[in-house]
Amino acid sequence: MNIIVCMKQVPDTEAQIRVKPDGSGIVDSDIKFVMNPYDEYGVEEALLLKEKFGGTVTIVCLGSERAIEAIRTGLAMGADKAVHLDDPAFEGGDAFSTAKALAAAIKGMEYDLIFCGKQAIDDDLAQVGPALAEMLGIPQIVVVTKVEVSEDGKKAKVNRQIIGGEEIIEVPLPAVLTAQKGLNEPRYASLPGIMKAKKKEVKSVKIADLGLDPNAVGKAGAKTQILKMYSPPQRESGNIIEGETAEETASKLATLLREEAKVI
Amino acid sequence: MAKGIWVFAEHSDGSVRKVTFEILSEARKIADKIGEELCAVIVGNQVEALADKCGPYGADKVYVVENEMLNQYTTEGYTKALTDLVKQHQPSILLCGATVTGKDLFPRVAARLETGLAVDCTDIGLDDSNQFFVKRPMYAGKAYAEVGFSDATPKMASIRPNVLIPSPPDESRKAEVIKVAVEISPDDIKAKVVEVVKIAGEKLDLTEAEVIVSGGRGMKGQENFKILEELAEVLNATVGASRAAVDAGWKLQSEQVGQTGKVVSPNLYVACGISGAIQHFAGMGTSKYIVAINKDPEAVIFGKCDYGICDDLFKVVPKLTEEIKKLKKD
Ligand SMILES: Cc1cc2nc3c(=O)[nH]c(=O)nc-3n(C[C@H](O)[C@H](O)[C@H](O)COP(=O)(O)OP(=O)(O)OC[C@H]3O[C@@H](n4cnc5c(N)ncnc54)[C@H](O)[C@@H]3O)c2cc1C
Ligand SMILES: Nc1ncnc2c1ncn2[C@@H]1O[C@H](COP(=O)(O)O)[C@@H](O)[C@H]1O
Repeated sequence: MNIIVCMKQVPDTEAQIRVKPDGSGIVDSDIKFVMNPYDEYGVEEALLLKEKFGGTVTIVCLGSERAIEAIRTGLAMGADKAVHLDDPAFEGGDAFSTAKALAAAIKGMEYDLIFCGKQAIDDDLAQVGPALAEMLGIPQIVVVTKVEVSEDGKKAKVNRQIIGGEEIIEVPLPAVLTAQKGLNEPRYASLPGIMKAKKKEVKSVKIADLGLDPNAVGKAGAKTQILKMYSPPQRESGNIIEGETAEETASKLATLLREEAKVI
Repeated sequence: MAKGIWVFAEHSDGSVRKVTFEILSEARKIADKIGEELCAVIVGNQVEALADKCGPYGADKVYVVENEMLNQYTTEGYTKALTDLVKQHQPSILLCGATVTGKDLFPRVAARLETGLAVDCTDIGLDDSNQFFVKRPMYAGKAYAEVGFSDATPKMASIRPNVLIPSPPDESRKAEVIKVAVEISPDDIKAKVVEVVKIAGEKLDLTEAEVIVSGGRGMKGQENFKILEELAEVLNATVGASRAAVDAGWKLQSEQVGQTGKVVSPNLYVACGISGAIQHFAGMGTSKYIVAINKDPEAVIFGKCDYGICDDLFKVVPKLTEEIKKLKKD
């Protein structure tokens, strides 16, 4: 099986996000960047399937030069090779123009299955996977927690989280699956893995290689624009309820919830 | 030129979801300002009876798109039904709730229509020149953005449940109901639902709950969640958990609140034995009221809550359940 994993580099979840004073974006100079956590599940699942069926795992990443670190992490985990869309023309896009570039890069490749993350934890769009599936003309299943590929590698049975339970869906391959936490436990890159990763192929792809119009991708091709960013209102320190006994504090709290907050 | 504001009216178990009414109410104001009509779209099988529910919240028209193949939600079936209708009538704005269904359907529809989609919005409105724009959290709510759209239409947005306020329904308002037939063949639907597994005890999805009671590592064990369930019962709340509680196997992944779990904005969030880590806060920081029960006076959560009790949760929670029961009886 040939499996593609779309991977994005994002700020670590620990990062404090500070908006630039002019609202044009966030301050990213002091942020640690990592592989999007949901994409780790995608890489892991691809590796598990490769162990079973053979084939290759290819990482596809659109991002600046800095993203090479996250790509190397994926290769160190065990992916075979990577495609890095590292042309500045691809950057600053929304889900539509990002998916457009990814689709163009993937169209020329051989694949039986594509993994994306459920969402990227920076822009929180949860949109690139479905958009990519639409552009490639293949089905999507989002928020996936289990994947079983048939012996012949032609179809898959997939669990996806819904309200109050799960749906089990059968889908012919290729398809785009977006990985949710719970799908697996991503492995850590081993030391030999890290050494090997250095020698693995990372193909750099520029806009000319894909024959795309510069106005169709990145910021220029986006269908939505961030007009302004701002910080959420800071929550004030709370009212710590004093009392001698649990009974007293609980009673005071119940009264405040009813009379002041009016939520019960 | 594209005209009309449309709301995808989501339904389940025979009723229209509340988020639809929240969106219709807010969209009504926008429709009045720009002088366009407000339409609801109901997709399904034998769903005409639901159409009457949309008029009282402001819909002028309700399109009812029916087909046997739409009995169960599938990405491909619903995408076809909705995009065919949109292409025919060309609305200027298309909205839905940022629910499990909305999050699957709208990205696909937007890509097919080659238009812009802003997801999980917390507000929608018009700028000074009457252009539609939205506000949405990014970085799990650590930052917010105002987002505008290119000229492509419809301008699409999904809106988080529980943030817009529904108007009181005006039962005298009737919407025109328009039935639409859509052609869908079994071949159109490649990803087929073969089974639905319900998880017993899980009632309302966390993202739609108005009150949430959550437990963290301080709960010490799965069996102790019983006291939270009892509190939830009197508050009509849904029970959630921190990642520490989920990783310990006490609660399901689908019950995790936070940056890598569900992002919720209930009216009331009661955090029990949760320290308030940045990733947890990212998932519930927009709750209207936050209550923290924690025995550590230094717990970060005390700096970000509305009401805090610094004590042993095993003493406080059962008492709180009792006190609320008493209040509710009066
Ligand atoms: C990539 C990544 C993603 C993450 N995503 C999430 C996420 O989505 N959601 C999430 O929640 N976390 C997430 N985390 C984990 C997060 O960093 C914290 O580890 C986690 O939230 C801690 O959970 P907790 O508050 O339950 O546990 P702790 O931090 O251990 O806090 C337990 C609290 O219980 C209190 N306590 C103990 N006993 C009692 C008692 N008897 N009475 C009252 N109080 C008591 C203690 O004082 C303490 O404050 C993520 C971490 C990473 C690295
Ligand atoms: N720049 C990118 N490069 C590669 N994959 C991406 C990129 N952006 C998004 N994706 C994929 O799409 C998923 C969802 O991203 P998003 O729609 O931005 O939330 C991510 O988890 C990735 O798998």
